[in-house]
Amino acid sequence: MNAAVIVFPGSNCDRDAVCALRDHTAQKVYRVWHRETALPRVDLVVLPGGFSYGDYLRSGAIAARSPIMASIKAHADRGGLVVGICNGFQVLTEAHLLPGALMRNAGLKFLCKSAKLRVENTQTAFTRAYADQAQTDIPIAHHDGNYCADEDTLKRLEDEGQITFRYLDNPNGSAHDIAGITNRAGNVLGMMPHPERAIDPLTGETGGLGFFRSLAGALT
Amino acid sequence: MSMAKATDFEQARALGLNESEWQVILDRLGRRPNETELGIFSVMWSEHCSYKSSRRHLRKLPTTGECVICGPGENAGVIDIGGGLACIFKMESHNHPSYIEPYQGAATGVGGIMRDVFTMGARPVALLNALRFGSPDHPKTRTLVSGVVAGIGGYGNCVGVPTVGGETNFHAGYNGNILVNAMCVGIAKKDSIFYSAAKGAGNPVLYVGAKTGRDGIHGATMASAEFDDQTEAKRPTVQVGDPFTEKRLIEACLELMQTSCIVAIQDMGAAGLTSSSVEMADKGGVGIDLNLDHVPQRETHMTPVEMMLSESQERMLIVLRQGKESIAEEIFKRWELDVALIGKTTDTGRMVLHHKGHTVCDIPIGPLGDDAPNYDRPWQAPAPLKKIDAQDVPNRDPAQALLILMHSPDMASKRWIWEQYDRHVMADTIKASGGAADAAVVRVHGTDKALAISSDCTPRYVTADPFEGGKQAVVECWRNIIATGAKPMAVTDCLNFGNPERPDIMGQFVRAIDGMAEACTVLNFPVVSGNVSLYNETAGSAIPPTPAIGGVGLMDDVTRAMGFGAAKAGDALVLLGQSAGWLGASLYLREIECREDGAPPPVNLAQERRIGLFVLDGITAGQFTAVHDLSDGGLACAAADLALASRCGLNILASKTLPNAGWFFGEDQGRYLLAVSANQLPGVLTQAQAAGVDAAHIGTIQGTDITLGNTSLGLDLLRRSYESWLPDMMEDA
Repeated sequence: MNAAVIVFPGSNCDRDAVCALRDHTAQKVYRVWHRETALPRVDLVVLPGGFSYGDYLRSGAIAARSPIMASIKAHADRGGLVVGICNGFQVLTEAHLLPGALMRNAGLKFLCKSAKLRVENTQTAFTRAYADQAQTDIPIAHHDGNYCADEDTLKRLEDEGQITFRYLDNPNGSAHDIAGITNRAGNVLGMMPHPERAIDPLTGETGGLGFFRSLAGALT
Repeated sequence: MSMAKATDFEQARALGLNESEWQVILDRLGRRPNETELGIFSVMWSEHCSYKSSRRHLRKLPTTGECVICGPGENAGVIDIGGGLACIFKMESHNHPSYIEPYQGAATGVGGIMRDVFTMGARPVALLNALRFGSPDHPKTRTLVSGVVAGIGGYGNCVGVPTVGGETNFHAGYNGNILVNAMCVGIAKKDSIFYSAAKGAGNPVLYVGAKTGRDGIHGATMASAEFDDQTEAKRPTVQVGDPFTEKRLIEACLELMQTSCIVAIQDMGAAGLTSSSVEMADKGGVGIDLNLDHVPQRETHMTPVEMMLSESQERMLIVLRQGKESIAEEIFKRWELDVALIGKTTDTGRMVLHHKGHTVCDIPIGPLGDDAPNYDRPWQAPAPLKKIDAQDVPNRDPAQALLILMHSPDMASKRWIWEQYDRHVMADTIKASGGAADAAVVRVHGTDKALAISSDCTPRYVTADPFEGGKQAVVECWRNIIATGAKPMAVTDCLNFGNPERPDIMGQFVRAIDGMAEACTVLNFPVVSGNVSLYNETAGSAIPPTPAIGGVGLMDDVTRAMGFGAAKAGDALVLLGQSAGWLGASLYLREIECREDGAPPPVNLAQERRIGLFVLDGITAGQFTAVHDLSDGGLACAAADLALASRCGLNILASKTLPNAGWFFGEDQGRYLLAVSANQLPGVLTQAQAAGVDAAHIGTIQGTDITLGNTSLGLDLLRRSYESWLPDMMEDA
């Protein structure tokens, strides 16, 4: 099964995502430039971390209007899998593929640290390899990870099991300790922690392996 | 010839040139320069660009070695790391701008040093920074710390290069002049390294990157003068950084480098378009003809001299092979960067600039480099300080002293700082700040190798004795690299001193270099790049002399990377090296006794080398569970680091011969603390003896307390104290 990693000007976790997918998830991983208007035949689209367009406007706001986004929306509408990590999550909210918004961290500082997460829903294509209520460690590295949404949206996310990852020790002020959510259909996921940085014991944590293995299972 | 008016000496003096320098210009031109020409001479001959006070002394440093591909003189140093790969690295200061405008000053320091590295064909893979702030109580310190840290993070995080290490000191000596030194390390293919010599006439000169504005004009000149009470007025000379453009510039340049289009490439750093074009032409033995009307400009009505001296960031100058213009233009346009052909190389040996139909500069390039001033400034060696006998220092409870030291500005955890840096992007960071290792360790992507990187200096030693302090900065860096299991390869330096026109300051500079040269020679640790930052003074008060050393080491098997966070209960603690209880210029003396006197610990280079190689062999053979070098705070602070990181207590016996202060807190050099499992212990002690290395079994990993002689301290209390100092200072005050 195949995956595409979208490259915006200012993406900087695209290589890390490609390596993680290649090693743990997909047979073929394409890098797709944001100016393309069509995706290659893929099962999974990943919007990687970074600072697309420098995040000089709202994080992800300009990337969400890139030419490639229309075909990503079409892919999602067809039920194809879409993942946004960090800046990718911000892009997905700006593109309205996911509800809510990522605001500046409550402490107003960029934060790079390990985050303890609870996997809230293991019935998704992204989390099946984790045990229910499993705790896992995946690092965060962001300035704008404070998830916000109105009360109705938050209630719906809770009721429909759309909250996938929750912080055990909320680092950024996110509503309901949200670290990652899916859309209602469950095929689009956004998360602030970086699973692609947590797959190798040499570099530290391995809490992201479950994520890539879940995807590998979903793709076969 | 030029339509512009000729200048006079008063104008030259205002730009920092002295009478003899002015005379040389008149002599070489056979006339008085116009404003543009004078501006070019003044920046090229500034201390910052010409190294006029330091050049003759820098020659003493060893710059060659088996691994050296390119030493000083290019944008950065290049060493061979095997497997067809090269490591390219350099450290540079951005002190004055960071004091005036901390966020942008620090951010553009990071941007500038990255450009020096990718200019040569390397992808930047690691950033470090060496920061020295004023006293924590000084009213400006908190603002400067938060601005500098946010600036470093804001730039590096956005570009996507991990900030993996560094050092932070606080001392009143930096109250009026902080130091912000940034180091960048990159990886390139050994057969694809790019240099700045623009050989061959008739080649097109391409300008790429951000547009030119009026920011940073005379930045190089500012960096070559003391501060006074007018510093606020210099804010406009600080450049503004744009990491998003830098990121695109990296990708576009690395892409262009895979084609065969480039003759020479240089970033526009200090003195912007002037130094980049002059240096490329000078090294290539050619002339250069530029039409300033084609320079992309951010502001209107810019004059030629403004364009030539602007230090707007994120700009590169590239000399292409003829006929390759469209390939280059396509790449830069795809990355949405400005790109413009602004001229060509010539065979005249002159720099000729055109602007709005006039020739505004026509000068020979040779004299800009060849005739640059080269001063032998008078210097005076500092008087040696008295040795302090540990017996004369009052007797105190060592556990309580440790608690105070670990909560002191220089020792306390810098988590508040490094949590603001992305340390893991690129997914090859093995050890970074907070990672319980003496140096950062970064895997070479796609291989089993790793680089160990450390930046070091102990300014209080250099202040007390520049020669021993210069040596110590080098050996501490060497030791930190060894302690991770890497072979030390080469260093870069960033020499921060006061006003070289004062003989006492020049004496610090000369003697520190003498010490560095001796240490680098004996340890076979050549200097491949560097930067000199002089005039670090405010209102006549100089900073403590601070020659920061940035070292790079290589390990073949990254799975062997060593740290001090994996000691296990039951492990023996082994101290390598000799302990004489040296308290002169120590952290203990400063923090506990409020004294900053005494001669610093001497460095025995032969012994240092012998012990280091013994440690490296032991790590390679897998004989140790933890390794930590001894530095600030001596044995007790090293033990505390190890205990905190390994999350277990330990017990160290008192010395039979030395008083507690000297034994637990003395800063004798050439020492390491090892944790060794019980079954490895006899072998390690025997091998040490055979190698002529002093090794003593001084304690054990056990329990949940740190016990020093007959005093104890709970690990939890120590951790709270260690972690709380900086957040309390930054957030609760």
